[in-house]
Amino acid sequence: MEYQRPSSLKPTSSGFCPGCMHSLATKLIADVLDDMGQQENSVHVVPVGCATLNLAYWKGDLVGAAHGRAPAVATGFKRTNPDRLVFAYQGDGDCAAIGLAEIMGAANRGENFTVIFFNNQTYGMTGGQMAPTTLIGQKTTTTRDGRDPLTTGYPLKMCELLATLEAPSFIARFALNTPKGCLEAKKAIKKAFTLQLENKGFSFIELLGNCPTNWGLTPLQTLDYMNTNTIPYFVPGVYKDKYAEVK
Amino acid sequence: MAKILMKGNEAIAEAAVRAGCRFFAGYPITPQNEIPEYLSWRLPEVGGVFVQGESEVASVNMVYGAAASGCRAMTSSSGPGISLKAEGISYLAGTQLPAVIVNISRGGPGLGSIQPAQQDYLQATKALGHGGFRVMVFAPATLQEAVDVTYNAWEYAERDRNPVMILMDGCLGSIMEQVEFPEMKEPDRKGTHAWDLNRVEGEKRSARLLLPYFPEALLEVKNKSHKAMIERWQKNDVQVEEFMLEDAEYVAVAYGISARVAKEAILRLRDEGHKVGLIRPITLFPFPKESFQKLNYEQVKGIIDIELAIPAQMHDDIALEVLGRAPIHDYCRSGGMLFDDDGIYNAVKKIIDGGAK
Repeated sequence: MEYQRPSSLKPTSSGFCPGCMHSLATKLIADVLDDMGQQENSVHVVPVGCATLNLAYWKGDLVGAAHGRAPAVATGFKRTNPDRLVFAYQGDGDCAAIGLAEIMGAANRGENFTVIFFNNQTYGMTGGQMAPTTLIGQKTTTTRDGRDPLTTGYPLKMCELLATLEAPSFIARFALNTPKGCLEAKKAIKKAFTLQLENKGFSFIELLGNCPTNWGLTPLQTLDYMNTNTIPYFVPGVYKDKYAEVK
Repeated sequence: MAKILMKGNEAIAEAAVRAGCRFFAGYPITPQNEIPEYLSWRLPEVGGVFVQGESEVASVNMVYGAAASGCRAMTSSSGPGISLKAEGISYLAGTQLPAVIVNISRGGPGLGSIQPAQQDYLQATKALGHGGFRVMVFAPATLQEAVDVTYNAWEYAERDRNPVMILMDGCLGSIMEQVEFPEMKEPDRKGTHAWDLNRVEGEKRSARLLLPYFPEALLEVKNKSHKAMIERWQKNDVQVEEFMLEDAEYVAVAYGISARVAKEAILRLRDEGHKVGLIRPITLFPFPKESFQKLNYEQVKGIIDIELAIPAQMHDDIALEVLGRAPIHDYCRSGGMLFDDDGIYNAVKKIIDGGAK
């Protein structure tokens, strides 16, 4: 087996910070598109946030959405162009704060597209403010003494929230800090895309990632931090699976 | 095709279908509800899609997505909802995607009132969202005109790769009138538009990026071309009705329902020998500047801006063309209060009498 850059990505260097798992998540999605031969058929809805950088790396068709509105844009696109493989990639601020209404609406309608949700508990692009998923006690530029639930509430669990809805087909969370987590995530992305191509409805894949820059940790330290802090709160696993027989 | 009796909002909805619109997303708000209601059953009949969005914000962004797939798409709302759509309209302009936005306007500001008003003129013509873009704004005064401007709206939107607004007051949205519908246009979904991500089976093309985000230098170039487009509109696309202006000593300026009531008052004043005319902008943007520039200011003793808006919103655009060559009076109602039978007649009469003194 030859290890190489996915052909769905342009042969350019990444603008993501060193050690950032956004590039890992991007690569996993691109690998799946390569495997499935879906590069040309795919439409990537790009959000606002660090993931906006993806507009420079992706080889396939791509449309940029307003902050939080990727599920609405994907709804309009997919409903009028149902043969395409449509996926929105959203960060935690995009999906779990400003875009809560749009993700809930799209999931509740059972829209036939896939949302990849990258959760690294911070607003990376704007410099590390508190995100809806920021952990209790986690220091950010807007919670200098650590997130206090008395004034800022608790980290939002998107998989658990969406799993209360009838319509979604597949909802699962994976942590990208181990090879095992990455492989499982890749399988799940493939399953989500397969379900979509079979018109089996809405799928949501949450990827737990890091932000070495705004967490103030080295990339290696973030791996341990995730084991100790992130994973116990955001428990990986399958939260809803209407089509367990589909691999 | 024979004329049929139809409600204003429904006439716009049917005209959109005839124009090839195959996607609509919207959120309930009075006084435009008949548009989504009609399209909820009508669009599926012609293979189109209706989505009731979770908000106005979501709805306009769904329209953005549908436009990106090359589908003629529309959303409608009223004042408060148009404010929410401002984000999406700015993104449509930024990404250069065509779409049609209908505002069946009501009293404002805030939740305002649900009764007809013309209090969104400045929002529509000056800043329909952040970032300093403009859109063509059509203001029909009859339901037939509403049908015609809706039917043609995508021709402008696609020519310019820019959203188009139809601004019609709740009065016209709610009345019934005879209308005649044009032929059904077949939607062009062949993926031949430069802006859409449609792919024709078997055709090889390079990937397309539809982006609302630009590097600085490119954004300046893009904004310059937007400016040039606005200048082209002003030169080529102004639509206006000039009514009894030739000998007019007093010129009323009004659009939409106000223009209809004003016309009745003008005919009454004419019967009494008063030389009154009317400039009725059909495009509020581009504004019919030339109609004011070519007036004979030796003859014109006064201009009367008649609007359902207090303070008057069109006044400044008129003043920029009149340039002090005649006094500009405002006669306005607002908040959902309409002109009564004698209101405009009396107001203009008073100005004439005052001017004669």
